[in-house]
Parts: sequence; C-alpha cells; structure tokens
Amino acid sequence: MAKLLEEFSLGLFFWQTLLFGLLLFLMWKFAWKPILKAVNDREDGIKDALAAAEDAKKEMQNVTADSEKLLKEARAEREAMLKEAREIKDKIVADAKEQAQVEGDKLVKQAQATIESEKKAAVADIKAQVANLSVDIAEKVIKEELSDKKRQLKLVDDMLGDIKLN
Amino acid sequence: MQKNTLTRFLLVVALFLGQFTFASDTEKEAGEHGKDLKTEIKEYISHHLQDAHDFSLFSYTKENGEHKYVGFPLPVILWDNGLKVFSSSKFHHGETLAEIDGNYYKLYHSKIYKTDAEGTIHYDEEHHATNVKPLDFSITKNVVMIIVTGLLMLWLFTSLARSYAKNNGVPTGVGRFFEPIVLYVRDDIARPNIGEKRYKKYMPFLLTIFFFIWFLNMFGLTPLGINVTGNIAITVSLAIMTFLITNFTGTKDYWMHQFNPLGDTMPWYAKIPLYIILIPIEILGLFIKPFSLLIRLYANMQAGHIVLMSLIGLMFIFKSWLGSPLSFGLAFAISLIEVLVALLQAYIFTMLSALYFGFASEEHEHDHEAEVAH
Repeated sequence: MAKLLEEFSLGLFFWQTLLFGLLLFLMWKFAWKPILKAVNDREDGIKDALAAAEDAKKEMQNVTADSEKLLKEARAEREAMLKEAREIKDKIVADAKEQAQVEGDKLVKQAQATIESEKKAAVADIKAQVANLSVDIAEKVIKEELSDKKRQLKLVDDMLGDIKLN
Repeated sequence: MQKNTLTRFLLVVALFLGQFTFASDTEKEAGEHGKDLKTEIKEYISHHLQDAHDFSLFSYTKENGEHKYVGFPLPVILWDNGLKVFSSSKFHHGETLAEIDGNYYKLYHSKIYKTDAEGTIHYDEEHHATNVKPLDFSITKNVVMIIVTGLLMLWLFTSLARSYAKNNGVPTGVGRFFEPIVLYVRDDIARPNIGEKRYKKYMPFLLTIFFFIWFLNMFGLTPLGINVTGNIAITVSLAIMTFLITNFTGTKDYWMHQFNPLGDTMPWYAKIPLYIILIPIEILGLFIKPFSLLIRLYANMQAGHIVLMSLIGLMFIFKSWLGSPLSFGLAFAISLIEVLVALLQAYIFTMLSALYFGFASEEHEHDHEAEVAH
C-alpha cells in the first residue's frame, strides 16, 4: 500500500483526468454520437424494411383471397344465370305449345262449324232448286199430261212413285 | 494471406528485438557499475514500470563507455513557488542536476526532487528520499502516450463516423473492424447490464473507456516500453470517473438500497441493530467497487509486464543454449497471453462499470406496486 502511494503521481493523475475528460467529450461529440446514430438508423431501417415486407406479404395474401372470392362469386352468378335462362326457355316453349294447341283447337272447331253451316245451306239450296225444278217439271208434265186424261193420271202415279223412291 | 503472415512475423520479431535492446542495455550497465546482473535486471524492470520524463526508445553504450540514448526529451512542468517549464534533456537521464532560477532539481528513481547544488539526496531510515518534491505536472512519457492514444481514437472513430455519412450507413476501411466491437460493447456490455431503457446515456463513457484501456494495454505490449494502464495514477483516475458517474446518476431506489437495504420487510426497531452493521458495509461497498476496478487493472497490467520482462531478463542470466531459448519461448507464449489479457482487462473494466451503472440507475418495479398497495 505504501509502495502504491509512493508510486502515485499527482501530475499524471491530473493529466489523465484532464485528457480523458477532453477525450470523452470529443469522442462523444464527434465519434460516438454519429456512430451510434448511424448504427441505430441502419437497424431501424432494417426493421422497417422487414415490417414492410411482412405487410406486403399479408396484403398479397389478402389480394389473392379477395380475387379467389370474387372468382367464386362470379362462377356462382354465372351458374345461377344459366339456370334461370334454362327455366325461362322451358317455360316459353311450354307456353307456346299450349297456346298453339288452344289456337289450333279453336280453328278446327270454327272450320267444323263453318263446314256444317255451309253444308246445311247447300242442302237447303239443293232442296229448294230440286223443289223448283220439280215444280217446273211438274208444270210442264202436267201441261202435257193434262191434255190426255189417262196420261195425266199415269203421270201422277209415276211421279208419286218416283218421289217415294227419292 | 502470405503477406499478412509475413507482416505478423516481422511484428513479432520487432517486438522481441525491442525487448532485446532494453535487455542488452541492462547487461552492459551491469558490467560497468559492477553490480550484480540480477539486481540490475530487477532495477531495470522497476524502472520500466514507472513513468519517465523522457521518451527513450533504446540506449546503448559505446566502446569508450559513453552512454547513448535514442529518444527525445519531454517538457518538465513544475510548480515550485511559480511555474517552471524546461526540457527534460537538462537532466541528462538523471546524470546531471537541472538548475532553474537558482533552484536545483534532481531526477532520482523517475521522480524529481529539489536538492542543493551538489545534488545530495537525504534518506530516512527506510532508504526513502526525504527531499522536497515539487508538484510535478510534467508531460511525461505516459502523458504523451495518453495524447497519442486519444488522437488515434479520435482519428479512427471520427473517420468511422464520416464513413457512415459518406457510404450510406455502411462502414469502410478500418471501421469494418471496429464497428462490430462498438456494437459488442453496446449489445453485450451496456444493454444487458444497464437495461434497454437507460443504457444510451452511458454509452459514450463505456465506449471511450473500453477503447482507451484496450489501446493503451496494446501499446504496453510494443517494444516502446510503455506502461500507462499499469500505473496507479491512471487507474485511480479511471475508477474515480466510474465512481462519480455511478453515484451522480444513482436513482432514488439506489440510494434507498444504500441506506435502507431491508426496505419494508421488518419494523423499524428490528432494523436498528442490523443497520448498525449493514449500513457501514453498504457504504464501504460504494468505495470498494471502484477500488477493486483500479487495483484489478493496475495489478494485471503491472504483473504482465513484470513476468514478460523477467522472462526476457532470464535469457541473459542463463546465457546458455538451453535456458535462453526456453525463456524466449516462454516470453513468446506470455506475450501472446498478454495480447488476450489486454483485451480482457479492457472488457472487464467496461463490463463492471456498466454493471455498477446498472445498479445505480435501476428502478424497482415492486416498490411502485407497494406504493399503490398502500
């Protein structure tokens, strides 16, 4: 201990304290501060870049998920539309068929009615003409026959017989 | 690769040649003064461990017995009833007196004493010089090395700082080597010991002290014969700074721990007898912590230098084909270990400082909880 005390030099202690204090100040100001700042900035930069990459990855995943969802929706919508269209088509066809059936039936009935009435008219007409013709013939025959009594009678008989045949 | 190996080899050779020059100097002096070689080596080692008033690189003796010193003198600054500044060359390495303004000063065992015109040194019974020692603020060898180290650090780390600005946050050149060390001090010394929230304000001190001690330790391994960190005045100064920073940044919790270490665990009347013992121990602990720092660094560096130089000295004592290579090999191995010790001591000093700062700036969470509970 005594040796240590003897070795202790106040002058050296003074210079060491002064110079070290000065060195500490200068290093603080001109070396450590910018160095630690640069290192910190760099580390923050790396951290930020990593975080940004992570975010980008997440966003990418979101985008992929979104697009998949959209695709699914679109597919479902297309299917629905196709189904609807098919239904509409079927309905239209069915309707058309039914309508055609009804219309056809109606036309056929009308035609039948017309034919029936035409037929009736024609028969009536023929009957009238036959009646007229018969009257004319009967008139002529009567005129001729009536000239001869016998003949008249015979004629009447024949005629009557004819009519019965008709 | 090959070039690197060669450079390293040359460095090692240079280191040992340097040590040889010191040693050979010793041998010749020994012959001249007729002293025992062992005593001479011992004196040489103790001389080397001390601070010096001139920066001598090596010395030798000419054929005619004249000493030649290679190096340069340093300014001597004394306070002895007024400031006295002169060159240390006036001492002629302790061989002559320096006469300044009618006062005579003698360099004796690396210390300056005021003497009479004949340079008489008075001794007490333990052979200690009793002459008046003027206040010595000389720019000694150690002061020069502190300045050199400071300039080196400033140059290295400001250039590292600039390289960040120039190169977009990527270090260039020698900064590539030092940046990981700076980060190591931050991430493995400061952060775990002080804590994530508070470590930042201690960083400049921790970094400065780490590189300062490390560089000076490494300089101590060069053949220049420097022993700055193995000087008690230096380690005292460093430890005082750690002490001051520790206690000036101490939080309320820290001081509570010093003066009320048991807290609310028992009633006050039970604490009194315990505190009669505990508080003095806690207060002693405040001073023992930095004291252990200063002694550890001093003793490690001092011991390293003594061992290394003793082993080199052994070569000249053995003077045989067996002993000298053996001590050379040992000295080589020890100097490799010393390279490690240089780093280790810087690490330990920084690490323990950080630990003390951590204690001082700690804020206990449970205390706040206790306050809330009341």
